[in-house]
Amino acid sequence: MTFTAFLLYKALLVLIVFTISLVIAMYSTYAERKVAAFMQDRLGPNRAGPFGLLQPLADGVKMFMKEEIIPTVSSKFLFILGPSIAMFTSCITGAVIPWGPALHIGGNVYPLQVTDINIGILYIMAITSIGVYGIMIGGWASNNKYSLLGALRASSQMISYEIAMGLAIIALVMHTGTLSLNKIAAMQTGWHWNIVYQPLGFVIFLICAFAETNRTPFDLPESDSELIGGYHTEYSSMKLGFYLFAEYINMFISSAIISTLYFGGYHMPFIERLGMPENLAAILGVVFLFAKIFFFIFFFMWVRWTLPRFRYDQLMNLGWKVLIPLSMFNIALTGTLMWFFGRLH
Amino acid sequence: MQALTTRAKVAVNKKMSFKERMYIPAILGGLSITLRHFFKKKVTIQYPEQTREFAPVYRGHHVLKRDENGAERCTACGLCAVACPAEAITMVAAERKKGEEALYREEKYAAVYEINMLRCIFCGLCEEACPKEAIFLTDEMVLTDYARKGFVHGKDKLVEPMDKDKRIDVSKRQTKEVAEFKTHPEFAHNQVYTKSLK
Repeated sequence: MTFTAFLLYKALLVLIVFTISLVIAMYSTYAERKVAAFMQDRLGPNRAGPFGLLQPLADGVKMFMKEEIIPTVSSKFLFILGPSIAMFTSCITGAVIPWGPALHIGGNVYPLQVTDINIGILYIMAITSIGVYGIMIGGWASNNKYSLLGALRASSQMISYEIAMGLAIIALVMHTGTLSLNKIAAMQTGWHWNIVYQPLGFVIFLICAFAETNRTPFDLPESDSELIGGYHTEYSSMKLGFYLFAEYINMFISSAIISTLYFGGYHMPFIERLGMPENLAAILGVVFLFAKIFFFIFFFMWVRWTLPRFRYDQLMNLGWKVLIPLSMFNIALTGTLMWFFGRLH
Repeated sequence: MQALTTRAKVAVNKKMSFKERMYIPAILGGLSITLRHFFKKKVTIQYPEQTREFAPVYRGHHVLKRDENGAERCTACGLCAVACPAEAITMVAAERKKGEEALYREEKYAAVYEINMLRCIFCGLCEEACPKEAIFLTDEMVLTDYARKGFVHGKDKLVEPMDKDKRIDVSKRQTKEVAEFKTHPEFAHNQVYTKSLK
């Protein structure tokens, strides 16, 4: 592959991944409203286009047309920086996720992953930590009590749950022996999904993923009923749209990460035995991965419309007194089992 | 005291068991409930296309009836206004001139007849009070408006059209029992109308 061809292929891949995450985030807002409505025996948006499919467009236009308000008492630079960071960090995590097996076209190998850095998991952890800044800066710069409270809650919640999440990942890394998402996805062939070996780690990771994306039952940073919307109280127009959008992109990315880490990524049991051509299998792999992602996005919404919000002290108790000891136990358990049975793969 | 339902539970501040403290069984239970609702039949009525089914004796927008010849039945006696518990009805009476016999049934008629739909409680006492079978409540909805002014409905909105095919059917509210009740001697002047019902 020449350098220009390589550059072109990477640029195209970046563009596709970016577009897909934006489109999925867009339609997640629609899906969220539909799922909410269906679970409450309603119909949900169904007026804009067939089945209300144009609703996200209408919402987007509305967001753009709204008056842009920057409070005079806010610090203007940080006020704009907040949503920018939130949007930026949620968009760049898609770079390390392996969307499918490599395509083979004309003797060249085209991996369906923007970049296979050997510390993919650490990269994602780092970026989600930066994501906290978006909320924190935005909440602080608004110069509003509710925003500040929301920002405080967000930062303490995300920092607490990141620990348990990191510890859950350590057990997984012990088990897989690599930090590269590509290798983790590639080794889960057949029924060797990591969930089989790491059920406890998966539950911890899932709970932490809910907390990291600020979804119910951990939506304390927003908690409309007590903080009027939390960190984005003062935001309007597209800056508010960015915050809300970033949440949906985060949801999509964390669904992708959960599928990759624990649910076999692009693998599906028994599909290798069919002996399909390589490229067709690769495309099917992408389809399987997206099916898993959509299931988890649905799961996020399902939980949101089922559970009420945690109280703040309950949240902290769960994070520090339950999840962290449990994940440490999980590490010890994984280590002991590996001592006796060796690497399970 | 007798319990109102059988669902009452006595609250106990006992310590939660380990299973309860794990929350996961309870969460799964909740998830299954919401999933069941996900596939349930939806209760939404999509209004402009579908309308809710009304009871046969639904009390909606009022109508001022005309008689078989198309003359207004109302004679502005004011009994409906007196009967109205919400004081929503006002009227101004006038005397029928020569040549207007086709328009008004009796010598006296209502020149102005207004019902304030924001005051009206749709109790139907006005039609009960009416000795002339002139006012009825129909199964039509009162249309919305942006200003209060629009809710004071005058004769232009209340009187039914002259055209025989466009007359508003109130037979559901004017059942045989009602008609029989109104054959009482004191309503003798309505006999022509009530006889036709029998």
